[in-house]
Formats: sequence, C-alpha cells, structure tokens
Amino acid sequence: YLLCASGDFVKMYSVATEETVCLLQGHADLVTGIQLNPQNHLQLYSSSLDGTIKLWDFTDGILIKTFIVGYKLLALYALASCEDSVFAIIPKSGERDSFQLVSVKLTKTAGQEMEAKELSVILDGVDESPKHTAFGREGEYVASVKEVNLQVYFFKRKQMNRFSLSAANTKGGNNRFTCVACHPKEDCIATGHGDGKIRLWRNFYHNKEYTFSTLHWHHDIVMDLAFSVEGTSLLSGGVESVLVQWHNGSDCKKDFLPRLGSAIECISVSSDGTSYCTSHTDNRITIINSNLRFSKSIQGLIKGRDVKTGLVVDPRTKALVLNGEPGHLQFYCLQSDKQLYSLDIVQQEYIHQAGLNQLDLVKVAFSAQGKWLATVEEREEETDLELQLKLWVYDEETQSFKLNTRINMPHEDHITAMCFRDTDELEDDPPMLVTAGKDCLFKAWVIVEDTDPEAQQSVSWSCDFVGSYHNYQATNCCFSEDGSLLAVSFEETVTVWDSVTWDLKCTFCHPPGKIRNICFGRLTCSKYLIGATDHGFLCCWNLLSCALEWSAQLNVLVLQPDPLSEHIAAVSWLSKDSSLFVFKPSEPRPVCIQRNLCKEKIQFAAFVPRDIPETTGSEKYLWLRRSQLYFLTNTQELITFSTKSPEERLTPSSKQLAVEESLPMTPFSLLLGKHRHQQSQEDVDLGKVVVHNHHNQDSPAVKELLHTPAHVLPSASFLCPIFINSLLTSKENKSAEEVADEVEMESEEAEDDLDEERDITEMEQDDLRPMDLLGETTCKLSKSQEKELRKIRKMDYSWISSF
Amino acid sequence: RLALARTDGAVEVYNFAANYFQEKAIPGHEARSVEALCWAAGDRLFGAGLGGDVCEYDLERLRVKRSADGFGGPIWSMAASSSGTQLAIGCEDGSVKLFRVVPDGVQFERSLDRQQGRILCLSWHPSETHIAAGSIDLLRVFDVSSGRTVQRIMVNYHVQKPKKRECVVWSVAFLSSGTVVSSDSFGRVQFWDWETGTLLESHTVSASAALALAVSEKEDSIVVGTSAGATYQFQLLPVKMGSQEKRWVRTKPFQHHTHDVRAVAHSPTALISGGLDAQLVIRPLMEKMQKKGYEAALRKFTFPHRRLVSCARKARLLLFQFSQHLELWRLGSTNESGKDGEVLPVCRMPEHLVQLKSKGPEHIYCSCVSPCGSWIAYSTASRFHLYRVQHEGDGVSIKKVTDVPKLLLPAYQLQCSADSGRLFVASDRGSVHVLQLLEPGGCKHLHTLRPPSGTPEAVYLLASSADGNWLAAASGDWEIHVYSLKRFKHHCTVPTYSCAVTALAIHPVTNNLVIAYSDQQLFEFSIPEKQYTAWSRTVQNCGLHRAWLERDSPITHIAFNPKKPSHILLHDVYMFCVLDKSLPLPDDSASLMNQSALKQLPETARKRQLHAFKICKKFQPLLFADLLDENCLVMVERPIMDIKTQLPPPIQQKKFGT
Repeated sequence: YLLCASGDFVKMYSVATEETVCLLQGHADLVTGIQLNPQNHLQLYSSSLDGTIKLWDFTDGILIKTFIVGYKLLALYALASCEDSVFAIIPKSGERDSFQLVSVKLTKTAGQEMEAKELSVILDGVDESPKHTAFGREGEYVASVKEVNLQVYFFKRKQMNRFSLSAANTKGGNNRFTCVACHPKEDCIATGHGDGKIRLWRNFYHNKEYTFSTLHWHHDIVMDLAFSVEGTSLLSGGVESVLVQWHNGSDCKKDFLPRLGSAIECISVSSDGTSYCTSHTDNRITIINSNLRFSKSIQGLIKGRDVKTGLVVDPRTKALVLNGEPGHLQFYCLQSDKQLYSLDIVQQEYIHQAGLNQLDLVKVAFSAQGKWLATVEEREEETDLELQLKLWVYDEETQSFKLNTRINMPHEDHITAMCFRDTDELEDDPPMLVTAGKDCLFKAWVIVEDTDPEAQQSVSWSCDFVGSYHNYQATNCCFSEDGSLLAVSFEETVTVWDSVTWDLKCTFCHPPGKIRNICFGRLTCSKYLIGATDHGFLCCWNLLSCALEWSAQLNVLVLQPDPLSEHIAAVSWLSKDSSLFVFKPSEPRPVCIQRNLCKEKIQFAAFVPRDIPETTGSEKYLWLRRSQLYFLTNTQELITFSTKSPEERLTPSSKQLAVEESLPMTPFSLLLGKHRHQQSQEDVDLGKVVVHNHHNQDSPAVKELLHTPAHVLPSASFLCPIFINSLLTSKENKSAEEVADEVEMESEEAEDDLDEERDITEMEQDDLRPMDLLGETTCKLSKSQEKELRKIRKMDYSWISSF
Repeated sequence: RLALARTDGAVEVYNFAANYFQEKAIPGHEARSVEALCWAAGDRLFGAGLGGDVCEYDLERLRVKRSADGFGGPIWSMAASSSGTQLAIGCEDGSVKLFRVVPDGVQFERSLDRQQGRILCLSWHPSETHIAAGSIDLLRVFDVSSGRTVQRIMVNYHVQKPKKRECVVWSVAFLSSGTVVSSDSFGRVQFWDWETGTLLESHTVSASAALALAVSEKEDSIVVGTSAGATYQFQLLPVKMGSQEKRWVRTKPFQHHTHDVRAVAHSPTALISGGLDAQLVIRPLMEKMQKKGYEAALRKFTFPHRRLVSCARKARLLLFQFSQHLELWRLGSTNESGKDGEVLPVCRMPEHLVQLKSKGPEHIYCSCVSPCGSWIAYSTASRFHLYRVQHEGDGVSIKKVTDVPKLLLPAYQLQCSADSGRLFVASDRGSVHVLQLLEPGGCKHLHTLRPPSGTPEAVYLLASSADGNWLAAASGDWEIHVYSLKRFKHHCTVPTYSCAVTALAIHPVTNNLVIAYSDQQLFEFSIPEKQYTAWSRTVQNCGLHRAWLERDSPITHIAFNPKKPSHILLHDVYMFCVLDKSLPLPDDSASLMNQSALKQLPETARKRQLHAFKICKKFQPLLFADLLDENCLVMVERPIMDIKTQLPPPIQQKKFGT
C-alpha cells in the first residue's frame, strides 16, 4: 500500500491497482506528517495542524488512539530506537516563524483519547518544513537545515555541531539548503541546495575536519532527496521532473528517469526497497520500480499554472476538460477522481526555463455529441501574436481525438470566445464553429468536403462567414439551443444573427457596461437570452418581443446554463466572497441562492450531467437533479455543489453543510506541499477493498454498518434502534424543508412585486431573508443529527476499547 | 620546497618557507624532457626523462650535475624509496631498474623482471619491499629482493572484449596497508589489494583520464588530477562514528585548471597541482589550517618570479627574453598629451628590430641590453654571447663580439652599468665578473668580485648604481654583498634577512640600496653609511599595511625617478606602485588602494587621506615596468588570453545552459 496525507485525510492506495483502498479521516485540520509505527508495521501515526497525533490501524481503517499534544504539529518523525516517543516540529511559543523539534512521549495507557504533554525540546530554530529535518542511522543523530546552516545533534553524546555555508558563493550559486536526508547505514548526510547541488557530508562529528563532496546535476532547486534502503543509492528530484539516482555517492554514475511530467515534490522509498514513489506539483503520485522503470501513476486533477480554457464537459465521457500539463488537455473523471487521459494539443516539447514564452492552450470547445473538438493555442511575444486553431475529430478506432484541420492565425488578435452549433442527434445540419476575436470580427467555420482526391482526409474546415458590428471587439458568442440563432456580443451590444442566412436579426444593449457573458435559455426558456455586463447587471431579453424581460443588479462573474434543464447558474462576486444564484430565465426570482460560497474568486463553472438523475432530494435542490455543478476558483480549487449528502454530516470535520470539497487532495496538499508518503510492504488484499461510492444515498447508520468490519460490530439488536432512528431523522428533515419552502414562497411573492417595480436594490436585500431562515433550519437539523451520530460513534468505540 | 618540471625541460624550485618564492629556475634543454622528478637522500633532486638519463640537479649552480644512462630507452617514471637511498625507474622497454643514490650521483644496482609494455608509473611500498608499477592495461607488483613479479592485476578485466579499449594506468600509489591505488585513462581511481589482486573500491572521477595521483604522508588523503582540469580529493573516512571500518570517499572537487592536470602533490596542509595550462596551483586544506586568512588562501603561479624584460632607457629599446630567442623592440612614441585615463594616438608604431635565435638545444638563462641600446648580451648553460647593435637610421645591424673572455659559465644574471661601459656577469660561488665593453665591438675582463666569506650559491640578482661606483649582488643563500667598483673591492654585506630577495636596486641620487623580499618586506640600506636608513627603520617599526603583506606575487623590479628622489617605483604581476617616502605610512585601518577614493575627495580631505603607497592595478598581468625619463613610463603586459591561445584546446566539456 501507499499512504499519502491529503488535506484532512490520509489516503491509502493500492500499489498494484492504483485504487484508493481506504480513506482515514478524523483529523480536524491539515495532516502534516504520517509515519509507520516502527514497532508495528500495520499501524500508522499521523500528525495534524489540529494538534493531535493519531494512531491508525490502516488495513482496517480504524483509529486506535488519539494523542492530544496541544500545539500545531508541522512534521512528524518516528524512530525504531525510541519506543515510547515520536518527534514533531512545533512552533515555538511566543515567537513567530520560529520552530523547534521536540520529542513527544506517548504514554501506553489504555484509552481512546489521551494527552501527550510530555515534550522535550531537542533542537531549536529548525525549519518548519518536514523535508528540512532528518534522523540519521539508527537514530543516533538528527540533522536539520535552515537557510545556509546545517546542525547535527548527537543523541548519545549530547553534542551539537553546526556547519554553515556562505550565503552566496562566488559563482552566483545559491547555497541555501532545501532538503536533507540521512544515510540509513553510514554516517553520511545528503543535503539539497537552491542551486541544484547536492552535498554529501561526512566526518561531521568533528567540528573542523568535516568534509563534503558535491554532486551537481540539477540546474534548479533540489526539491527532495531520499536514500535507498541500503543506502547504496541516492535519489533526487527537482523542477526538471527527472528522478536522478546517484550510485555510491559518485558524480559520474547516475541514472535518470526523465519526463515524469512535472516538478518532483517528494520522494519516498518503500521499506522493502522494491519501489520508489514521487509526488509531483501537478497533483500526481508516480510509483517507480527500483530499477528506475516507471510503474504506475496516481493522477488527481492536474494543477496547471493557469487554467485558461475554463471548465468544459466532454459530452462523450462526461469528463471535465481543462488545461493539464503545459500544452495538454486533461480529461478528468469526476466520479473516480482520476485522470482519464491527457491529449497533447500543442505537440511541442515543453522546455523548462523561466521567461520563455510557450505556446499555451487558451480555448476549448466540443461539438454537441463530442465528435469534434476545437482548440485554440497562442503564444504572445512582445510584438506579435501566434495563434492556432485546431480542429480534432474523434476517432472511434483509437478512441481518441485526431487532428483534422489546423488554421494558422484564424484571427488577427486574441480569440475571445468559441462555440459549436449544437445540432441534434440526426446531424442533418453540418457542424459549425464560431470564433469571436478581438480583431472586431467573428468567423463561422464549416466542414467542407475535400475535392482533392489526393488529400488524406475527406473533410476539413474552412471559413464560411465573417461578421462584424460597428468595428467593436467581439467578446462572446453563443448559439441558441436549436442552433438557428447566434448571439455575438460586441462590447456593449449583443447581436443576434440567423445562423443560416447570416442576417442580423436584432440587437440588445444595456448600457452602461460591456457584455461579460451571454447565453441562451434552454428547453422551455429558449426564447430568452441572458446577458451579464461588467457593470453589475444581469439582463434577460425576450427574443420574441425583442424586449428586456427583466434585469437584476448582480456582479456576475460566471454565467453557466445547465444543458439538461432550464436553470442557469450565475456566480457573483461581492467584495469578499462569491455567491451562487440559480434561476430560470422565465422567472426573475432565483431558484437557489448560496451566499459565501467561498472566499476566492470563482473563475469557471460547469454543469456535469449525472449518469442517473437524482431521485431523492428536496425541492430546494431540484435544479441539481440532472446535473451537478462544479466551480473552479482562482486558486485552482475545484468545488462542487452537492445536494444534502449524508456522509457530510457524518464526519465531524466538515463543518460546511452543502459545499463539499470533492477534491481535497488538489488544493491543500499542493498549496502547502505537505505530502508524506509511506508504503507498507503488504500485498494487496483485494477482499478488503472498500468500494468508494460517491453516490451512496444510504442513511448514515446503514453506511456506518457497512463500513465497519463485521467482527467489530456490536450485536444486531443493539444496532437496530439506531438504524430505525436514522430513518426517522430523514423524515423529520423533509418536513423541516417543507417549512422552509413555505417561507421561501412568501418571500418570492414579495420579490415578484418588487421586481415589477424594478427596484433592484430592494430585491437584493430581500434575498437575504429566506436565505437566513434556510440556514437556521438546516443548522438545527445537522446538529440534531450530528448528536445522534456521535452517540453511535461513542458507543461503537467504547465497546472496542473495552475489548 | 617544491620542485616542478616543465615540458621544455625546465626545472623550478619553489620555497614554501619564503612565501612560495620561485627560488631556483634551471632553464630547459631541447633534448632533455623531464618526465619524473624526485627528492632523495636529503635535499638532492633527481630527474629522469625521455632522454633515457637519470640526472641529478645542482641546485646551487642551477644546472645538471651528473647524469647516468638508464639503458632502457625513454624513462617514463621514477620513484624514490622512502628512505631516499634507492631510485626506481620505469622504462619504455618495460623494465624497472633500481639505482642506488651514492654521494656522487646514482649507481645502477639491478634490474627487475622485464615484461611487455612501458612502465608509466611507479610507487614504492613504504617498507621498501615491493614496488607497484603501472603499465598499459595492467598493474604489476614487484618484490624488490627477488626482483620477481608477484602480482599482476588487469585493470579492465571486466570490460567486454569487443568494447575493449586500451586503458593506460597513468599513476599509481602504494599504501602501507598493502592497498595499491591506481588512476587510469578511463577516469577511474581504483583501490586494489595487492596480495589477492582484487578490486576494493572503484571511483569514477571523470569522463576523461585521471592523470596524476598523490597521497598525503599520513595516507588519509589522496589528490587526483584529471585531464578535464579538475582535481579531486579522496579522504579515508570512518563509515560510522567510532567504528574501525574506514572507506575512501571522494570529497572535494577543485577546478582551477583549464587543461590537463599533469602533476599533483600533497603537502600536509595543501593540495598542489600543475597542468598543461602552465599554472601551478597551491590549494590549502581549510581543515588543516589553524586559522582562516592569508595562510589559507589559494595561490596560483602563472609567471616566473624574475625579470625577463630589460630596457634600454636612453635608446628606448626593450629586450624580451624567450626560452630560445630574444626580441628587440623599439618603443613607439607620441607627441600629443592628454588627461588622465585617455589613450593617446601613437605617431610612431613600436617596431620589431631584431630577433636573435640562440643556437643549440640549450635555453637562455638570462639576457640584457645596455642603456644606450648598443650592446646585447645573453647566456645559455654553456655559452655566453655578446652582440654589438649598430643603429643606422631606422634600421639596425647586429654584430657578434667574437673574442669574449672564457668565463665560468653559465651566467645567472647580466647587468650593464648606467654609462653602458661595463657589463656585470653574475656567476656561481657568489662571484661577479666585470667586463669592460670596448668600442667598436670588443670586451675585456676587468675583474672578478668575490664575497669575502665565500659561498657555494650562485648570484641571481645584480644592481649597479647610476654613478658607477657600487654594485650589489644577491646570491642564492639570500646574502647581499655590496662591492665598490672603483677599487674592485668588497664594501659591505647587508645584514641577512630570513627570506629570499626578489628585487634589488640602487638609488641614483642617494645611493641607497632598496631591497624587496619575498615576504613583501621592503628595506632601504644606505651603502655609504653601511646601515639601514631611518626610513627603513620606521617601516620596520610601524610595519607595512596588511593588504600589502598579503599580496601573492613578489616585487620583480624596482626603479627610481631621479627628479623625485623620495619616489620608489615597484611592481609585481598584478600591480604597479609608486612609494612616496615623504608621506606617512598607512595603518591597517586605512585602505591601501585608495587612489580612486582619493579622486572623489575635495583637496583638503585628500591631504589627510594621503599615504605612501600609490597603487595602480590597471595593467595586469604586468611583466615589467620601468621609468624611461621623468614623465614616461614603460609597462609590459602579457595577457593571459595570449598564452591560452597558444595552448592546445582543452577537453570539450558540455556546460549546462550553453
């Protein structure tokens, strides 16, 4: 197994199948360190910022003990030689940015939760990062680096040696330490430096006659170092995304495993020495055989530098599509939290160099059935712009996209929007692509049959129509649902064109303010066109009457229609936080309002169709029945909006009610770089793989029942009342929801009145009322239910401990 | 002391006690290449080369004392036993021969088992019972008493046959523990157990060859030089704290050379390396130093510590001494004047007048041109040449003076008197010959000056006074004798100082002798009064500035300005200095190089900041500087790049980011 700290959880993956085998949850804050219990290799210590150290039986996923330390724990180390204590890095009290290494005495008494207050300081002034401290051979010494200083403390002799390098050497190198590792068998410390050097320190028990040798291959920071189990080789990794294996500390004998995709953050070696594992900045774990052969990779959502394409849903696989590795498009499966595949769009080798302008993927669009994929890549030099529009066709045989047409410089300036005409299943209309550019033009591209018999392919794309409007920059484009109308926004104006005859049908305008987003309504609301301006207005125009139906003052950042229902989601940004409004174009009152969605700005949103329409669920979440809404914030956190999920209320750690982080691994672990891996030497026991069911709508008690291994369950009669109780609560829940709905209805009427008067500010204030009410009721609910659940938990566990 | 040999056969001796001064230099010989040098039997220096001879150098008279034929073809290697009584040589024909060091040279003792392949390196076991010899593809260990090969180690036995390339064992060292260390052309440093012939450890240090290897006396550190210009240190370190198990670990790399490192040495406190880029680098080991500072600084020697340029002030000629020829140049001139920092246009280009090729295989010891420019003299190991230069308008004609007196050769230094009437020839045993130069082209031996006490060492520096009355001569035992030229008599001896003399000059007005020593001390000795001057005493009392004392290269020439008697003009390779005796000496808190800072200051503040040393570092590396007349100074620069371009291209190494 491979264990990895991820957000508040510890995830356990199977090395053989890459599946998540088990999720250890229970910490209330970021997990900062995990270490196998040196005395028992089936147990795991984990430390967290919440000040606790927890001991887990990770094969069964059971929390055995919790030690409350009371300080923020930033790193955790366990030694085989110290049976009753572990080492942790804690902040020094009273001083900011100052940390110390302490040993924490773990008492052996029985009990579920216990205090571990017996701390003794070993080193002062250590760095907070777990990579900056390492324990040496058999726990004889500890080495810690900070800035340009290395300090080594010998436990037996109680002697401390300090070595320091000059801050910047004469050749302009950066001598700052970045990581440290100790040889498992010899007295040798390896340190990584900011300029890519690795120093091997020896003879460091003499303050004067110490010596070091230098290994230099990396050209930039050495991110992590690890010795193999026997110490015969040293592994290093950095931003070059190459794993380097140095043999016997020699400069000349080294092996490389290049093209690992992205910068290496951490390296870990399995205790039996058969495999290595690296974690990368793009949220991936790679498992590598000890002969440096790539074995497997566990890929989450790739965190790119900048997501420019937005969130697009692949109609074929229902996967979320966005920028992945540089120049690549990633297809990310939301259900399994896995990357389906990565499509190389730019098809150029990515060169790691600061200041080099690379071709970047900026726009992506799929045709309705996913047969065609259009991509735009651009490179901006100081003076000239390089643009490429590529059209890809889905190849059924290879099950991937094949380049069909490449158009150089489709526009003279940046392409601002791109969309396909949605055609129905019959595909009697040929697909059409519209691009809007800053060069004040929009262009329609269609498929033409290639007459040239020597051409390799029968169809290709070419330009069909070029439209413009008063020499304004085209900013957005959008087809109506049936594909007959095309709306193109030109700065302040929205123009509507007939997509067959290319006649300008009508124009809409809501001055002042430029149009930021437009979209057509769907299904019953297809006669409406919604537009958002950057002046803070959301407008709805009736296409039949060519008049403004309603407008509301809302600083809309993202406007996303649900392809399977009439609902449109709008995300607004109000001073400090984002709010979500879901509405139908036919009615100006929102179906759902969610305040304080998150603190970051939301960049993109997408509705992902559900495989099975959700059956249960209150009226409040009716709009989420057929598809699920995902957001991407500007810190690249992917957030989803789920219906009341019973699992959520179960875990005491998640305090938020509705907003769930479907991908805790992506945001936190990468932002803080706190991955720690450890790997057990056990083989995979497939029988115990817990199925990760995302869509399990069972009641919590049932869930608990199913999750707990049978041999630790209390008798059935004991469980029965809890089981029934849990069923009761769901009913209660529903009735309360109904009450809430009534309240909502009342306020809706009031809203309607106000809306007619076009008093927008009033409406804004009014909106708050039902919201508050709603919040209260749900809060109450959750509390009562939580209590229940705690009871279950306590019973369960007390029983275990008495065992 | 460190002895080094250059590819042209020159041998130089550096004295570490005298601040790494290049104390002796034996010029090269075309037919005598030196492949190996070793100190044996005390302070005797032996060399062997491709000429096939083993020779002993006479360090007092700076020439080969005796040589003996090895009878084995070219000699590639030589090693002295630890007691210094025996020399082993490795020959082209694959034989290892032993020579016994006897008081009058070396005596052939015996020959060990002869086998195929030239012996490229040799090393004695410290107990003198065994010798390890490196050849092509293999290493052999000989038993000294029986002369038999007791072990034969194939260096690249594990390489597949078809891929096999020739592996040259460039260097070998025999440790007292029985370990043989070898460095080879594959860039490997390998440790072998000689008894079993097994490989103990192998470290690849370089993609190119590892050419040289040296072991410290304690056998806990090894220095290896590679053809990529890098040197590496290996240290014997305990694997675990307190445990007995020790292992050789490659520790520090040093990249001080651009070309092959051909020779390395390991002193107790420093790593010494020399290479094809003509540089000698002394890299002290920090951990062996008591304190950081001047002692622990890296030293690089590129230029000889003696004067190779002489100047005819009146005729404005410069004579450059090369190893096999001399060049006479007329200086260009300008008739414009400008401000400080300006470069003036030259109205007359410098002109190459004569190139004098020395005949025979011997290299030139010394040379000089007379101040009037009409006499040129030079000396090789066996001959002394004097030429009369006739200036005919712009042209020049040269005529050899045939009837030169038979002198005891070689001459170690030549100097003309200020009036060009006399030539002083420094010779061995502390003697100086005075020759009278006669018009239109002849000379006559006037007198031989000898120190009263007698000395075995040769005179290597001369200085004559402007009025022609005095001559100062410094000999290899660092004694300076002053002679009166009027009476051809010894005048006095300057009190001996415990350091080598690097430059010597007599003041034209006051007849004070200014002496520069290799530890950067300056003395002024009044010849008429036979004692140090008051200024010299104050210098000794106050002490010189620390920055001055911590310079690397010695003063190689001293000149004076007759119009400003208080000025002394000094230079070394990196700076030119005008020493104004009338100004106060700087103390350690003041900046020594304050010329640019002074320029910024207003007139009044400048007065307070002034001190005796005015240093100019504009011209580097500086080979020669002299005063032509009161407002004209000649400087000779030798750009390092000039030398580098003459070198063969270094091994191409891919540099990241290029």
